[in-house]
Parts: sequence; structure tokens; C-alpha cells
Amino acid sequence: MTRYVIRRLLQSIPLLFVVSLILFVLLNNIGDPLTMMGGRNPTRPEDRERLARQLGLDQPILMQYVYWLVGNDWTMIDVDGDGEPETPGRRKGVLRGDFGISILTRGKPALDIIWERIPNTLLLMIPAQIVILVLGLGVGIYSALRQYSWVDNAVTTLSFVGFSMPIFLIALLSIYLFSVLFQRWGLPYLPANGMFDPQVGKTAAQIAKHMILPIFAIAFIDVARYSRYVRSAMLEVMSQDYIRTAKAKGLRRVTIIMVHALRNASLPIITLVGLDLPFLLAGAVVTERIFAWPGMGRLFLDHLERSDGAVVMGIVILLAVAVILSQILTDIVYAVFDPRIRYD
Amino acid sequence: MTTIEPPARIGLAGGDVEAPPLSPGQMAWRRFRRHKLAMANAVLLILLFVYSFGGAFVYSEAYANYNDTTKRLQPPSWEHPFGTDTIGRDILARTIYGGQISLLIGITAVLVQLVIGILIGALAGYYGGLLDSLLMRFTEAVLTIPGLFLLLIMAKYFTGKVPDITLLGRTYSGSVVVIVLIIGLTSWPRLARIVRAEFLALKENDFITAARATGTPNSQIIFRHILPNTVAPIVVTATLSVAGAIISEAYISFLGLGVQPPTATWGNMITGSTNYIEGAPWLWFFPGLLILLTVLSINFVGDGLRDALDPRSRPE
Repeated sequence: MTRYVIRRLLQSIPLLFVVSLILFVLLNNIGDPLTMMGGRNPTRPEDRERLARQLGLDQPILMQYVYWLVGNDWTMIDVDGDGEPETPGRRKGVLRGDFGISILTRGKPALDIIWERIPNTLLLMIPAQIVILVLGLGVGIYSALRQYSWVDNAVTTLSFVGFSMPIFLIALLSIYLFSVLFQRWGLPYLPANGMFDPQVGKTAAQIAKHMILPIFAIAFIDVARYSRYVRSAMLEVMSQDYIRTAKAKGLRRVTIIMVHALRNASLPIITLVGLDLPFLLAGAVVTERIFAWPGMGRLFLDHLERSDGAVVMGIVILLAVAVILSQILTDIVYAVFDPRIRYD
Repeated sequence: MTTIEPPARIGLAGGDVEAPPLSPGQMAWRRFRRHKLAMANAVLLILLFVYSFGGAFVYSEAYANYNDTTKRLQPPSWEHPFGTDTIGRDILARTIYGGQISLLIGITAVLVQLVIGILIGALAGYYGGLLDSLLMRFTEAVLTIPGLFLLLIMAKYFTGKVPDITLLGRTYSGSVVVIVLIIGLTSWPRLARIVRAEFLALKENDFITAARATGTPNSQIIFRHILPNTVAPIVVTATLSVAGAIISEAYISFLGLGVQPPTATWGNMITGSTNYIEGAPWLWFFPGLLILLTVLSINFVGDGLRDALDPRSRPE
């Protein structure tokens, strides 16, 4: 097992290398970040040249990638533009935890900017994932145990609607109903914008209130997806011989379902959770935009729109690492849930 | 052409015993017809196509792009059944022309996906060895980047790099081509894996050994002997991918990085409507509903196709 994990980790190094190379080439051409640096006035040509040299943007792309990867503090860079490198570089490179500086925020390290958003995103996504898991399991198991009943048919149809739903439609509909119409009808209504009401302040109650609608929108779609998988996994397991044996032994129904069936049905569900785990960090791009939630998704959009490569690159690399780690974690959990699986 | 379909069975209905055996296509159609929800949704899908393409005979494109700023943000009325938008354009006419673009993007993006996915999957599965591991590592790398993030980065990358094109007397924003390309370029990995798995299994069959022994060139074995046997999973995946492509287009356009106005799509009609949730719900409701109906009907049809064409892959 340990050897398997180590091998997977080693295999992920070339993978991340390819990923970062693809992204670097793409992000090198997403627009001119220097235009934004003069603030209201367009950046002057002489400033532009100096800035490009300071930031290393005048270098060929392969050199820029090397600087991004391992830094440039081992060499001299040419800042004054006379063709003579004279200033020692200061970047450390991603391999030593330096993701470069954000051009948009005037030299703040990209990693710091990303780090500041992680709590907000987790605050939204972890409760959402818990709601999704609990409801998805509940609905899926229930409708599997009553296959072809009207509840099951209703759930199956609804789950099709759920995973065909574009998230902005359910988000806008829920805002219109619970925020706009409820207010109009004089009912207690939910806030639809931001993390807290600035007039009240950032209290726990405020944040909880502002979380309800975004979580509802995210959960609506994902509960549909999860319950479908849970239902079909449970249906397959319930027709197995060992379930009949358990029934014949006279075990309690709850025990059969929760212990014998669910544990065997859990592998496809674990796969699904493993695929979604990285999105706890990634946040929900569209949902965060609609609800003005200051998380990772919005950070990504804001900096992508203004061509701030370092931050965008940092976010996606962190996500790629999260994807790889959660794949490995999924494999480990497989082995825990199903002792027949061995990695040698 | 060689197939590994089992010999056709006699039809199930009692009176059919004397009838000639059914072809695989007829059998698939019988199975599809039994899936009532899929049939109903196939009809709905056809209606949506009629709405988008037939509607062009009712409203001209010039009318869809005509803006009358004195009639901004009007609620639905007889004159404007779906209301008007922020600069006074008729939303009904725009959902018609937007639907054409959204549906076309969905279909053409999947064509791009099919070409790349089949080619990579077939080459990796058929030749194996070093080529296989190189192609699969690349596939893995693309899968490691969360989809929407990669799409948005590529949308930003191509912004303004493709000029507007004129086709059949209509001008399309170059961003339409961009969206088709990037959705195609990011959605192929799953298909490539499916095709590769099929090729790995099929190439061990005797009819492939026979084809090789008679000196059939590799390209013919791949495209004429193996590929036709992988049609079922490819058709199912492609159908469901059209739904995915339409949603992807809607998300990118909604976020403002997709198809640029005045070309309408269901996605970019909703851009900016978040400012009018309260005042003008018709801005986002109708395009959003059309996206939902289209994606829903395609998903149902895809589900029915899976039952009809590829019964083994059914998880239940």
C-alpha cells in the first residue's frame, strides 16, 4: 500500500509538469497585463518596457517557464535595459512555494491572495457537500428500496431535471422566489448577495443566512446526480446472493441495508466523492458569481478577466494537485471499504 | 463489413414468429420505442429544433437584433410575448436566433470532440505500447485540469483572435467558432478512453487476426473493421455530450467570455440579467428555461439510446 502511494505520487510529477506547461503556454497569451498597471491612465511606453523587464515578460516563453518553475535568484536579470544583466533575480519559483506576484494587486504574492480566499470557499463548499451527501444517500437508498413505486418514479424524473439544470437558472429562480417574492409577500426572506450585510457586520448568523441560497442551488443539482448513482448502486447490490443470505438469516432490515448493502454499494459513491473533492477548493464559479460570494471561483474569474496570469496559474495548479491527491485518496479509501482490493 | 452482433432474434410479439429476423438497427429502434420518456423527449427535442429554425421564418434576424431604446425592459405583452431586454430588443425573436447558435454550437462542438476523441482513442487502443502510454498520459493531463476552469482559460486565450465570419449571407461573431473549438478541445478525454477500451477488447478478436493475415492495411482495420463495432457507445456518449456542450456554452457565455453580442445565444442572453432578477425576471427566465428543456430532452434521449444500443453498459 505504502509503495503504491509512493509510486502514484512519483507518477504525478511528470503529469503536473505537462499540465503546468500546457497552462503556462495558454496563460502567456491571455492578454496584456501591463495595460492595467497604469491605473486610470494607459501605461506609458517607457514604463511598459521597464515593467516587462522587471517582471521577466521580455524573456522567451521557455525562459519564463523556467523562472516560474525554479525562480531566477540564481541568475542576473537586466532591469535598466542596456543589455547587461546586473540585478540579481528575486523569484524563488513554484517548486519553492513562490507562485509569482499578482500584477493586479501591485506585487502581492499570488499564493497569499489565493490563501485568503480558501476559508471562504471551504465555508461554502463543505456544508454544501455534506448536504449533498446526506440527501443524495437518503433519496437514492429510499428510491432504490421502493423501485418503480411512484416515489421512485418521481425521484428519477426529478433527478433528470436536476442534472440537466443549468446552475444559473436554479440560482436565479431561487433568488426570485425566496428573496424577491418572499419580500414582496411580507414573509421572512433570504439575502441573495455577498457573505454578510455590511450594516450588521460579519457575524456567524449573517454568514449562515447568506449561505442558504447558494448551498440550495449547488445541492439541487448535485443531489440529483448523487441520488442517481446511489440508486443504481443499491439496486445492483440488493439483488446479490449475500443480501438474500442476510435476509434468510433473519437479520434486521436496517442492518441489511446499512451494513451489508451500503458498504458494498459504496465504491461507486466513493468514486463520485473523490471526483468532487477538488471542487471543495475550487468553489463554484458560476454560483459564486451570481451570489457575489468572495470565494475561489470569483477570484479565478476576476483575475482571468484582467489577465493576471500568476494568480490564475496558481489556482489551477493547486486544483490539479488537489485532483491528483484526491484520486490517490480515493484509491486508499477503496481498499479500506473493500478488503478484496489490494495494490501491489 | 464484419460485426460481432449476435444473430438477430425473432421479434418478441407473438404474431412475428414468421417474420424475417430483425436487423440490429430495427432491434435498437424497437427497444428505443419502448422507452416512453425517451420517445416523448425525442418529440420535445424535435419541437425545440422547429422552434429555433422554423421561427426564423416568422421573425427576421434583423428584427432580433433591432433595438428600440424607448421600449427597454418591457414585461411580456402581446407585441413582445417574452418581453424586451435592456436595450429594447424582442426576447422571443432573440431566443429563436440564440437557439440556432446554441444548438449548432452543441452539435459542431461534439463533432470536433468526436474527431479528436476517436482518433486518439483508436490510435492508443490499436497500437498500444509507447504511443498508447504517451497519448493516455496526455489525456490524463487534460482531465487533471477542472473542466470549466480550462474552458474559461481557453476562451480568454482565443478572445479576439478569430475574425467574424460570414456564411450563407449571415455574419457570425468569430467567438462562435472559438467556443466550438474550445468545447471540442476540452471534452474529448472521456470519449477517447471509451474508444480505447473498446479497441483494446475488439482487436483481440479472430476477425482482426484474419484481416491482418490477409494483409489489410492498419488504417483499414482501424476504420473499417474495428470502428463500426464501437458505434453504440460512441453514439450514446456523443448524444449526451451535446447536452454537456450546450451547458458549457451557456456557462462561458453567461460569464461573459463566450459568444459576443450582437450574435445571441441562450447563454449570453442571460449575461448581466443578474442585475435584473427583481425588476425583469423575463430576461433570464425564457432563455434559461429553453436551455433546461433542451438539455433535459437530450439527456432523456441519450438514456433511451443507451438502453436501445448498448444494453450491457446499463449500470442497473
